[in-house]
Amino acid sequence: MATTNTSHCHIDQPPARLATVRDDFPIFQRTMHDKPLTYLDSAATSQKPQAVIDAITRFYSHDYGTVRRGTYLLSQNATGAFEGVRAQAAKFFNAASPEEIIFVRGTTEAINLVSQSLARGFLKEGDEVILSAMEHHANIVPWQLVREQIGIVLKVIPMDDRGVLLMDEYDKLLSDRTKIVAVNHVANALGTINPVKEITAKAHAVGALVMIDGAQSAPHLPVDLQDLDCDFYACSGHKMLGPTGIGLLYGKRDLLETMPPYQGGGEMIDKVTFEVTTYEDPPHRFEAGTPAIADVIGLGAAMNYLDGIGMETIAAWDRVLVAYAEERLRAFPGIRIIGEAPEKSGLVAFVHEEMHPFDLGTILDRAGVAIRVGHHCAQPVMAHFGVTATARVSFNLYNRREDIDRFMDGLAMAADMLL
Amino acid sequence: MPDTHANSIESKQQELVAEFQSMTDWKDRYRTIIQMGKALPDFPEEHRIDKNKVKGCQSQVWLHANLEGDRVQFVADSDASIVRGLIAILLRVFSGHTPDEIIEAQPHFINDIGLSENLSQTRANGLQAMLKQIKIYGIAFKALREQMSARDA
Repeated sequence: MATTNTSHCHIDQPPARLATVRDDFPIFQRTMHDKPLTYLDSAATSQKPQAVIDAITRFYSHDYGTVRRGTYLLSQNATGAFEGVRAQAAKFFNAASPEEIIFVRGTTEAINLVSQSLARGFLKEGDEVILSAMEHHANIVPWQLVREQIGIVLKVIPMDDRGVLLMDEYDKLLSDRTKIVAVNHVANALGTINPVKEITAKAHAVGALVMIDGAQSAPHLPVDLQDLDCDFYACSGHKMLGPTGIGLLYGKRDLLETMPPYQGGGEMIDKVTFEVTTYEDPPHRFEAGTPAIADVIGLGAAMNYLDGIGMETIAAWDRVLVAYAEERLRAFPGIRIIGEAPEKSGLVAFVHEEMHPFDLGTILDRAGVAIRVGHHCAQPVMAHFGVTATARVSFNLYNRREDIDRFMDGLAMAADMLL
Repeated sequence: MPDTHANSIESKQQELVAEFQSMTDWKDRYRTIIQMGKALPDFPEEHRIDKNKVKGCQSQVWLHANLEGDRVQFVADSDASIVRGLIAILLRVFSGHTPDEIIEAQPHFINDIGLSENLSQTRANGLQAMLKQIKIYGIAFKALREQMSARDA
């Protein structure tokens, strides 16, 4: 388990199991603008270990075939590998069974799937869906589409100026009209770790379903879905060292069985006539068309890689990096950290009183430092903090304290050029 | 042949290219851009309205134009220093020209001075968006002038 002391940040080196992982990521052999690549945008997307790249190459080179249709060996093997990743994902997130895991393109598609499927029968006009003030647009807009379609009511859990949800206000929003509570586990614009287990229990107490946007938690934190007891959980493979275009939707089995399909097509049907079609059981009911087979294989390799290190170890190192970045930023004149929740993961967002985030991002790029600037697809969060944009540094297991040092050097250079 | 007389869009572009080509260090280029932004005249507050916001920029950009005689005069601003500098460059090239000159101009200076290497290729800084908006103003004022002269005739 974790060997890192997380109570302070005077640890220079990552724990032993993380010591050499940087060498597993071929991208770090390259430079950016002739400088060593300092990659601090993993909350947008993570870099890929060689094991993931190799798994995809090997699959396309030797093992490629379609899934669930062929009578021939290639297809049978591909199906075995594909369904094997489903079982692996169920174990990785401690779902009760592989049938609770649906392969989707990413978190965004997962939330659209859940909201649209529930809009076809489960949700009625006047029903209430509770979101939080720190959601990514991907967990706002799909529900607004449902509101336009059938007239649901959206309620928002407010947050304080640290970026912590006001649980008392949440209690007040809950009622027998509440049908769904959809919140993120970790806020992408703030880094706040939300108390999703407590949020779930309170929602269940009024009979509401809970959808957790896990895009920012799956890469950094151990996630035990049976323990959280949420009804749905979604994450994106590309943020957790896997390929783009693949993500996971977890749904409780008894619930998925009652839900109508999101998209129609091949592979999701039982019987089709022009009069009537019956659907497959979950999870295949929700996987119309030929899936992203190679990306599923790549995601399997990514989860295997993460398992090899251990999510507890990854989470502990992440806390060290977040604390170190905050410590360095606080010591820099004119910096205001946006998001000061006591429990944070994966990232630090900030503004400078005189330097625009865009200027910072542009100059840091020339210093070889990749950060994200902008509204982070969370404009309501920007509005809450009275800014139009922030700068954000975000981490993954391959980051080192030296990355943060180089970022701070770039920040000092930006100040020298801009002020 | 492009019009190269003094103060034509083409001659202004060539002048800019010469200025920037003399700088080999990216820091010098950026410092120059930032300084040009600082020297840009203050933006009239009455034009800081949503209608004048240029979409497609990561920073906030406002662009407004007036037709003075047969010349288009641009005013613009951004909350980001580098973008404000890019605006200053665009205005230096395009402001004070006729709608026809603005429409016909080929803005090759963006590639020639190396801005495209890391600035104009990304949608982020909105250089292309600003350029498009400048062209749209040119087209709109051309149409307006034609309308007015048709009415006068």
